[in-house]
Amino acid sequence: MQFALLIYHTPEEFAIRKNDYNDASLGAWRAYYKALVEAGVYVGADALEVPETGTTVRLKEGKRSVQDGPFAETKEQLAGFIILELPSVDAAIEWAARCPGASIGAVEVRPLAPEAMRRGFTG
Amino acid sequence: MNGSNQEDTRRTVERVARESYGRLVAYLSSHTRDVASAEDALSNALVAALTTWPRDGVPQNPEAWLLTTARHSLIDLVRHQQVAVASEPTLLLLRENPNEVTLSAEFPDERLKLLFVCTHPAIDPAMHTPLMLQTVLGLDAVRIAHAFLVSPTTMGQRLVRAKTKIRDGGIQFEVPQERELPLRLDAVLEAIYAAFGIGWDDMAGVDQRGRDLAEEAIWLARVLLQLMPREAEVRGLLALMLHCEARRRARRAPDGRYIPLLEQDSQQWSLPLIEEAERHLAEASSRGCAGHFQLEAAIQSVHAERARSGRTEWGAIKLFYEQLIRISPTLGTHTGYAAAVGEANGPESGLAVLDGINPDDVSAYQPYWAVRAHLLQRLGKTSEAAHAFDRAIGLAEDPAVRQFLLRRRG
Repeated sequence: MQFALLIYHTPEEFAIRKNDYNDASLGAWRAYYKALVEAGVYVGADALEVPETGTTVRLKEGKRSVQDGPFAETKEQLAGFIILELPSVDAAIEWAARCPGASIGAVEVRPLAPEAMRRGFTG
Repeated sequence: MNGSNQEDTRRTVERVARESYGRLVAYLSSHTRDVASAEDALSNALVAALTTWPRDGVPQNPEAWLLTTARHSLIDLVRHQQVAVASEPTLLLLRENPNEVTLSAEFPDERLKLLFVCTHPAIDPAMHTPLMLQTVLGLDAVRIAHAFLVSPTTMGQRLVRAKTKIRDGGIQFEVPQERELPLRLDAVLEAIYAAFGIGWDDMAGVDQRGRDLAEEAIWLARVLLQLMPREAEVRGLLALMLHCEARRRARRAPDGRYIPLLEQDSQQWSLPLIEEAERHLAEASSRGCAGHFQLEAAIQSVHAERARSGRTEWGAIKLFYEQLIRISPTLGTHTGYAAAVGEANGPESGLAVLDGINPDDVSAYQPYWAVRAHLLQRLGKTSEAAHAFDRAIGLAEDPAVRQFLLRRRG
């Protein structure tokens, strides 16, 4: 089954990532990516821009409500995601613990919705 | 009653709880097999102690007091449950005159049986260590969950399921027969070592969960040794853990940097722990048959020798690994053997051992890639080494190890 590792950063980490990401931090992420690919569990991944660049859109009674900023005002914000194909949540937790994001912020492990449901959404 | 008095009592309760928890749970559940109820009853008794002891003073025999109180609580619990059929043994037990047993401090130590129950083949192997930590040491599900990287709810549910199986699954509270003993004892030792391993991996210095668990594992091994003083493998396990524990301080630089074994300052190792380990190992080997814990302890003993001689006898380590592979051909053993061969006979020979391992087995096994990277680097194969380093870095969980490997890769 497929799992999403949702990577959350603190504002400090976002700042580091934007301004002075050094070779060591990049090296850790690249090595992690390589380990995922070579273990045959990698499905896809990407990183997000800093939360301040987010815009939240709702439709209220037919009217657009557009808000500057991310959806939730929390200290730690979604910074990226990785989708993995794994046999169990225990395996997903193993990989989440190895993720460089786990030691600088948090990584949420969330199963993807069942395939049939996902197909339903995309038609 | 003043605050410090209350504080003293709380500490006394904690101490008695730590020393007696397993003994009391084991005794209270040995006839009924109902571990969960025994734990509930004991925790009620501990709460009662916190309120009555500061008022009436700590009883002369705190353990007997807890046992009596827990028994009364157990009677209440059973009455409350009103499940006569399922709890028939419980009722039988409760019909015994509680005063008769509990007034004397001498009640049988059933912890050994409890250890064998926790690691029974009918119980999910993944639950052996958590069950042991909870029932024998009294660790709560939250702490165990934290150590095992699962949510407290999940761990709580798994523990409940395992205890239900113990109660209803026909698992006997008994020490296995001679014929089954080696295998069954090995399961107990493995479960203790797993707790130590979690503590060891996470001993980052900042993270308390690891340190505590390593200490708990050593405590458990000491309890087991007390109960089975003649089993060489119990001493082997204790010696192995003590050797590793002796190096705790040397594993990190003051700034938190990871320091690999070969670069550790051996003057920082704890001599008393090493000496204790050596005593157990000598006692164990005088009994003949060398099990895998004794062999692993022997390997650590060779490393410890560097504190005295200033050098590492890789030839001896290699020989111990060869014996270890014969009785315990795990991925970890093969990888350790490759590292020893690499040091004793040169990196090419070490790589040849690694190449003999099935690649499918190592795709997520970090130590293999770390050893491989090290050997390739020594051979000057820079790009192959960088690839292996990346795999090792990507699979590392400890940030300090990750940083160390990143620096090594260059």
